[in-house]
Amino acid sequence: MQTLDMAEVALREMNATLHAQAEATNQTAWEILNPKGAHAIACGLDAPIEVTVKGSTGYYCGGMNKQATIHIKGSAGPGVAENMMSGTVVIEGDASQYAGATGHGGLLVIKGNASSRCGISMKGIDIVVHGNIGHMSAFMAQSGNLVVCGDAGEALGDSLYEARLFVRGSVKSLGADCIEKEMRPEHLELLADLLDRAGATARPEEFRRYGSARELYTFKIDNAY
Amino acid sequence: MCGIVGLFLKDRTLEPQLGSMLTKMLVTMTDRGPDSAGIAIYSTDSMDKSKIVVQSDDPETDFEQLDLAVSKAIDAPVSMTIASTHAVLTMPNGLIEKARAAIAELRPALRIMSRGTALEIYKEVGLPKDVADRFEIGQMSGTHGIGHTRMATESAVTTMGAHPFNTGDDQCLVHNGSLSNHNSLRRKLRREGIHIETENDTEVGAAYLTWQMQKGASLGEALERSLDDLDGFFTFVVGTKDGFGVVRDPIACKPAVMAETDQYVAFGSEYRALVDLPGIEEARVWEPEPATVYFWSHTDQPTHEKAA
Repeated sequence: MQTLDMAEVALREMNATLHAQAEATNQTAWEILNPKGAHAIACGLDAPIEVTVKGSTGYYCGGMNKQATIHIKGSAGPGVAENMMSGTVVIEGDASQYAGATGHGGLLVIKGNASSRCGISMKGIDIVVHGNIGHMSAFMAQSGNLVVCGDAGEALGDSLYEARLFVRGSVKSLGADCIEKEMRPEHLELLADLLDRAGATARPEEFRRYGSARELYTFKIDNAY
Repeated sequence: MCGIVGLFLKDRTLEPQLGSMLTKMLVTMTDRGPDSAGIAIYSTDSMDKSKIVVQSDDPETDFEQLDLAVSKAIDAPVSMTIASTHAVLTMPNGLIEKARAAIAELRPALRIMSRGTALEIYKEVGLPKDVADRFEIGQMSGTHGIGHTRMATESAVTTMGAHPFNTGDDQCLVHNGSLSNHNSLRRKLRREGIHIETENDTEVGAAYLTWQMQKGASLGEALERSLDDLDGFFTFVVGTKDGFGVVRDPIACKPAVMAETDQYVAFGSEYRALVDLPGIEEARVWEPEPATVYFWSHTDQPTHEKAA
């Protein structure tokens, strides 16, 4: 286990150390101490390493992640795992707004609640939230899966493209062009796998699925102004 | 961008440290707003007296025997404490209006920063650390306070464009965001006879609250109505004689984090601002909901519920 204490190591130096880890590094386990809400912790990683952040983080923790597994033993500020490409980010606490925004791949697990705009413009990432999510989540989401074990806020899935949304609790309101869809066997199978990987105990049968009605002008030009 | 901090103490033994705790929080938010900074401190030491805080660009001339001149004009004892560009004038209760009119007459260049029995506002252009040092905020004690670091977007970087804005006796407002209907609202409020000095958007927000309260709304009601009438982005923190309140617009892009323990309720634009508070590791930390008015008060009959 390698330890980087942010009380002693500057942010850039810390990130540079993590960036320097090659594909075949032997130093696969890293621990970051005293994050104290700092921004851009463990951003832009590209190696199969495991990073544990002991505390809460500020903006953009784990942004642009490739391959790495990042555990945040606290809560995460805005834009956690933004534009993630692959790998895993797990947050023990809550996540602030736009968690997993624009993510292309990988798995983001939020064990607490996520704030507004969770998964906005997601492009292939899988997001599993054990708690609730805030308003405007999955706005313009293009692909990937958003799984919410609790409730969803207002305007879920507004202007959605092909992303799948699964919510176990209530949905305050659906956004434009977002509708409830039937849950088919392949969706239950997909959900079971995601819930299992995210360590969630909810059963797939308890969820409802939402997706795009494909009626907006992006799908039907006659519906443009 | 802008940064906001707020601290409401439940544990009275922390009161002597309010200024130093709040200063630390404020300085952490420097990169969210390095243009100017301000702080509102509430202290219950002299509730039988009223205070007006004035600011001058030329303190040596303007503050020269100001206490004597105001005292003569209002026919009551007035004491003065000078801190850099600010002076606190202390007088018996019930004379604030009279004193304010006298100051406007005697020293027209002076700007009123705040008025009330508990509230003192200090604000200036410059880095938060320099502003706090200049007024020795770190030495101040009090029951609660709010602070602001400004990154100007809607109007010039001036003392009067800095936050907090005084909205009435013992009330003030800080804002992170930008109001988009401030020009039309300013015209409307001016027609209603509300004094608005600058082109700043937050001053319009503050004047809006003052106007609502003049029409009989409590501060809580005024904030509820602001959700309908103010367009744009805002996270507001308001200070009252006995506590503080928080409200965010329905879109809520401007960040807000709160922490509560048995000792305090704290507000920060970011969690970073809260990390040095005692017991933060065990605190309940959450984000205030959009379009929801929150208040914390030291009394059972909080002023934000009373009609002005």
